[in-house]
Amino acid sequence: MMRLDHNRAPIAEALTDFSALRVVPFDVPGHKRGHGNRELTDFLGAKCMSLDVNSMKPLDNLCHPVSVIREAEELAADAFGASSAFFMVNGTTSAVQAMVISACQAGDQIILPRNVHRSTINALILSGAIPVYVNPGINQRLGIPLGMALEDVKDAILRYPNAKAILVNNPTYYGVCSNLKAIVELAHSHGMMVLADEAHGTHFGFSELLPLSAMQAGADMAAVSMHKSGGSLTQSSFLLCGPKVAGEHVRQIINLTQTTSGSYLLLSSLDLSRKNLALNGGTIFAKVSEMAQYARDEINSIGDYYAFSKECINGDTVFDFDTTKLSVNTMDIGLAGVEVYDILRDEYDIQIEFGDVGNILAYLSVGDRPRDIERLVSSLSEIRRRHKRSRAGMLNQEYIAPTVCHTPRDAFFSEKTSVPIDHSAGRVCAEFVMCYPPGIPILAPGEMVTREIIDYINYVKKKGSFLTGTEDPKVGSINVMK
Amino acid sequence: MDLWFSEYHTPDVRLSFRVDQQLCSLQSDFQRIDVFTSPELGRILALDGFVMLTEKDEFIYHEMLVHVPMAVHPNVRDVLVIGGGDGGILRELKAYPEIERVDLVEIDEEVIEVCKKHLPFTACGYDHPRLHVHAEDGLKFIRHCENAYDLIIVDSTDPFGPGEGLFTREFYGNCDRALRDDGIMVNQHESPFYKNDAIAMQRAHKRIVESFKISRVYQAHIPTYPSGHWLFGFASKKYHPITDLSAKDWKAREINTRYYNTNLHRGAFALPVYVQELLENVENVDETTDLNANRAPNTEA
Repeated sequence: MMRLDHNRAPIAEALTDFSALRVVPFDVPGHKRGHGNRELTDFLGAKCMSLDVNSMKPLDNLCHPVSVIREAEELAADAFGASSAFFMVNGTTSAVQAMVISACQAGDQIILPRNVHRSTINALILSGAIPVYVNPGINQRLGIPLGMALEDVKDAILRYPNAKAILVNNPTYYGVCSNLKAIVELAHSHGMMVLADEAHGTHFGFSELLPLSAMQAGADMAAVSMHKSGGSLTQSSFLLCGPKVAGEHVRQIINLTQTTSGSYLLLSSLDLSRKNLALNGGTIFAKVSEMAQYARDEINSIGDYYAFSKECINGDTVFDFDTTKLSVNTMDIGLAGVEVYDILRDEYDIQIEFGDVGNILAYLSVGDRPRDIERLVSSLSEIRRRHKRSRAGMLNQEYIAPTVCHTPRDAFFSEKTSVPIDHSAGRVCAEFVMCYPPGIPILAPGEMVTREIIDYINYVKKKGSFLTGTEDPKVGSINVMK
Repeated sequence: MDLWFSEYHTPDVRLSFRVDQQLCSLQSDFQRIDVFTSPELGRILALDGFVMLTEKDEFIYHEMLVHVPMAVHPNVRDVLVIGGGDGGILRELKAYPEIERVDLVEIDEEVIEVCKKHLPFTACGYDHPRLHVHAEDGLKFIRHCENAYDLIIVDSTDPFGPGEGLFTREFYGNCDRALRDDGIMVNQHESPFYKNDAIAMQRAHKRIVESFKISRVYQAHIPTYPSGHWLFGFASKKYHPITDLSAKDWKAREINTRYYNTNLHRGAFALPVYVQELLENVENVDETTDLNANRAPNTEA
């Protein structure tokens, strides 16, 4: 239950008040409210440039907030049911890193599913924490990795009783939730913290129709991508902390890597988006869920496509499902998800979030209009009519359980050598290989390259996935440990 | 009284109409709907501030969208009209008693109501005896149709706003599927003159070319539309718009038109060089497209 007045937006209000003062800028940024770069001002808009200002007394300071930013943080914490909240301007990546570094020091163990975003494994490289991977559940029909089974988490806790924390995706990119509340109870009873990567679950706390948010489930920290379903500007994010976490210590950790010139465009967008979610979130996400359900029904009536939802819930590895996510399995059309993703963009002028070996994900939000949903549905219908073929020869599983030989940090900073991917079987990888999106590593530093992984990489490359992570821009060679 | 309504044709060009009375102004779920009377042009229907028709020149548009395909296809029984809430297309279709069914799919029911009340000269089409009206998104309606129509008439607004989905490849592809093997689709095809209209026109043409075996463009002079030079698309699975024109049969019907005649029909497909070039620029079909082996280029006439 929120207790503060969410009509307030202290940072946005302070910016409005400040611009009315017409203060002459003899400080940075050097574009001086846009006067110094006419082309840029015309491009981005005069208002936008006038709001791009520096930290100063009336506008507070992101690294050490005492006035309007602190008030805005308190409002954000209140809106998300957290004890403290931090405005992040370097993406949810920085929030995930601050979580992991707050919970784990070098050599500490952290229990996590392997289907995490690369930012989590980056955090392990930075912190020196040692991952204890729990293999996620797999849905054989869809080929996608799911949440963690509670028994598997329990098993990991018993095998690694000294682990400091458990990290949970809440939810996965596809909207699949683990039993977070039970994991929290289990972890706390063994003295471990629970960290939630809530990049795809910003909206959870604002509607009773949606799965439990990390804070509602009692997690200790959560990294929340406001710029995804929350509607703020790209790169802006919140880090939330529960009652047992010392907030000001977390701020010290954030300040290790966060810019001292936090953008007021990003900060004010977080502030106004928090206001919007707090005041209107329930209505907004009910509408988005309804649109997604309409789209699922229409897509499922086309034939061959499978737009999945709550029927996948199994009480464990799919404990709950985020119904705002529109994920569609395309295998029965004979096309990989990434092929449908490319056809939608190249032939139908529709950009969706991503496609992988067997599925596509269309990201729905409050900004979508019913007529755009009609376009997506009609295009999928046309793609089936024009392109349907046999599914012979298609890979249908996208998760390969890793063989971990070294910690990500040891491998990443080791002596390494570059070899062609096709000849790397049996070597230990020293960098990442992943499709982006979704950005879940196929290989992370410290993991053994196998023939199965090489075949998978070649397959997704052939299907048109955008591969990233290696030093080699063409992803033809890979760095392995010497 | 000196009251003027201006429509911006580009940010730097506008056409202004002196308004005598404003008969109606309302916001529907989809758009703002206005009806004015003008001393020179009679009644004017505007959607979101864009002129859809004026009483004085609407006949040009409606005749060209109906009689061109009807003079080519020898056996039209089932017609689908997408958009066209004013009823003008229906009025022209009444001249063909052999038509067994007309489905009109207009997304905005309030447009129909406003036109019935204020634009009797086009809304008289609603007394078509074999008409079925569907207040629905055209893109959604046609997704469920297969091999069902001889003629589809796309009487859409501009490709921004509610009409957006009617300029897309998925829509044209669905039209292709909804037509019988000798079906024809004609559509409002925007103008080649001002830059943004020309871009929209090219995009529509590209998407139609990708979806139909025969895809040709024809023109008319519509004084109150931006630049006055307007295009229509003629897309077809079998009939060629000129070589399959049955001028004698059409003349024998003795339909009273004010713009269309069969000589003009042939001439309307003869396009200015700059328009030919705009069309040719987007006619290069890439290898992903599978339907266009026998496509007739627009320069052939």
